[in-house]
Amino acid sequence: MWDQLPQLLITGVTIGATYALVALGFAIIYNASDVVNFAQGEFVMIGAMSTVFLSGNSGLPLPLAVLLAVGLTILVGMALQRFAIARSRGATVVAMIIITIGASIFLRGVALVVWGKEIKQLPHFFSESPIVLGSATLLPQNLVVMIGALLLVLAVHYFFQHTRSGKAVLACSYNRTAAALMGINVGMMMLIAYALSAFLGAVAGILIAPIAYTSYDAGVMLGLKGFSAAILGGMGSPMGAVAGGVLLGLIESLSAGYISSGYKDAIGFLILLLVLFFRPGGIFGKTSAERV
Amino acid sequence: MPLRGFSLLTLVAIALPFLFPDNYYVTVVGTTAAVHAMLAMSLNLLMGYAGQISLGHAAFFGMGAYSSAILTTRWEWRPLLAMVAGLLLTGVVAYLISRPILRLKGHYLAMATLGFGIIINILLVQTGWLTGGPDGISNIPPLSLLGWQVDSDLRWYGVMSAAALLVLWINLSVVSSRSGRALRALHTSEFAAQTMGIDTTVMKSKIFVLAALLAAAAGSLFAHQQAFVSPGSFSFFFSVELVTMVVLGGLASTYGAIFGAVALTFLPELLVVFEDYEVMIFGAILMLTMIFLPQGFYVAVEQRLGRWWAARQGGA
Repeated sequence: MWDQLPQLLITGVTIGATYALVALGFAIIYNASDVVNFAQGEFVMIGAMSTVFLSGNSGLPLPLAVLLAVGLTILVGMALQRFAIARSRGATVVAMIIITIGASIFLRGVALVVWGKEIKQLPHFFSESPIVLGSATLLPQNLVVMIGALLLVLAVHYFFQHTRSGKAVLACSYNRTAAALMGINVGMMMLIAYALSAFLGAVAGILIAPIAYTSYDAGVMLGLKGFSAAILGGMGSPMGAVAGGVLLGLIESLSAGYISSGYKDAIGFLILLLVLFFRPGGIFGKTSAERV
Repeated sequence: MPLRGFSLLTLVAIALPFLFPDNYYVTVVGTTAAVHAMLAMSLNLLMGYAGQISLGHAAFFGMGAYSSAILTTRWEWRPLLAMVAGLLLTGVVAYLISRPILRLKGHYLAMATLGFGIIINILLVQTGWLTGGPDGISNIPPLSLLGWQVDSDLRWYGVMSAAALLVLWINLSVVSSRSGRALRALHTSEFAAQTMGIDTTVMKSKIFVLAALLAAAAGSLFAHQQAFVSPGSFSFFFSVELVTMVVLGGLASTYGAIFGAVALTFLPELLVVFEDYEVMIFGAILMLTMIFLPQGFYVAVEQRLGRWWAARQGGA
């Protein structure tokens, strides 16, 4: 029974690292603009799918394809902010939820038309020969996902704590009006927040695509998982969301291994419900659930 | 309680099959529209009047449908008895989760209801020995009321329209009752409602259970009408579609919910000609309506007509 534990932990941390990036994107947008972006999963899908098509069909070298794909996703994120979110300032929570759900359906629809319905896979970045660690095996791509996610999280942390723009985005999330009065260009900061969030989603999608495959509708479940992870860790804190992501990945992988793979998503959501009922601010958060 | 709209809709529902006999859009799509209208009205009670979002309403619809499907096929219960059992089950579950769930607000409530909906859906897929798993349950017997078999599209159109009108009646009476006023107060400001002596917790939980029961009843009828149920009909996407119906029509407008339900039932029929573009157009409509008419399509038109009418009266 303990034999499979290391393998489950590796799988859990890998998928958890992806959830963490999506959750981080969620938390950034939520803190900057008080919007829960249901189209977050679509950033993941667009990043992965456009890389597949740019590198496979157009024959571009992988690094260039990745760069273009990330750029495209960032543009989509900024367009979402400019043309949908910014126009509906002051709309109710429900209206905002519907707008982002509409945006996610729309983006999925565009992906369906442009890229078709087939399931796609990216080649592994390095060799596909597994590294043996005791009773577990590890693909080089697993390491790429974990290290990539870790570096991104550190970079985001640095951005918010130590750069001028990062601090300005934070200022907007504390108090928009006060930030504007201090001469911060709030509109620009919102664009940066959405761009950053789209960037994180796209990279998460590209990193995991060699292992988990991708398709036009791959974003739905990933988006919901990212949202769950963000709530699990506490929406108010970006690093809490990251921890929530890794935790959710581990919960899923362990329940798949020890209980039932069919119920792994149900167990994830059940734990989420329990957290909401008993610790609505998230496991690592302090803010109350009344923040609307 | 104003009944002009109710009478008008009753007349339309009766007139349609006479005006368009044997028409696919009346008896088949119209029946689905009636099911959707019941669901949208029940969700509107919760979202529009009690101000509580739910992204898991399809779960209650599914519980009603599956209760009927399982009890009538596996244990050969009578349809009406199975329906009552389904309502009981749904009522108990809804009551049990209402307290902890309704303590949450905004995004957290959205997430909790979403999670609940997904858990129920996974249970429907995974408990294959009971629910038939992803394949679902087929050969559900038709409904019979006092020896009258509901076995043709036209008869189903009649039953579903009558049920939808009954739900409309219940909706209108709830909204115009003392509880309805309390509900609207709750939506405007929960705090103010509390200071006026309204027990907001009891109020919200009552309406949550009522909304769940109406959805379960619709599900039960749906199972008999389709003679087949599978988990796909009660997924997260369907919950989202229901929210869309309510919001597209206009929150806190019962007729808006009916409008939204009918519009979203017919829209895919019209979009079929666009084939692969269907998803994209659907998303765009959803997004654009909310951006430009956040109060809802039906309510916006209603307000504009009202203003135009007032201006005409004033001018004359």
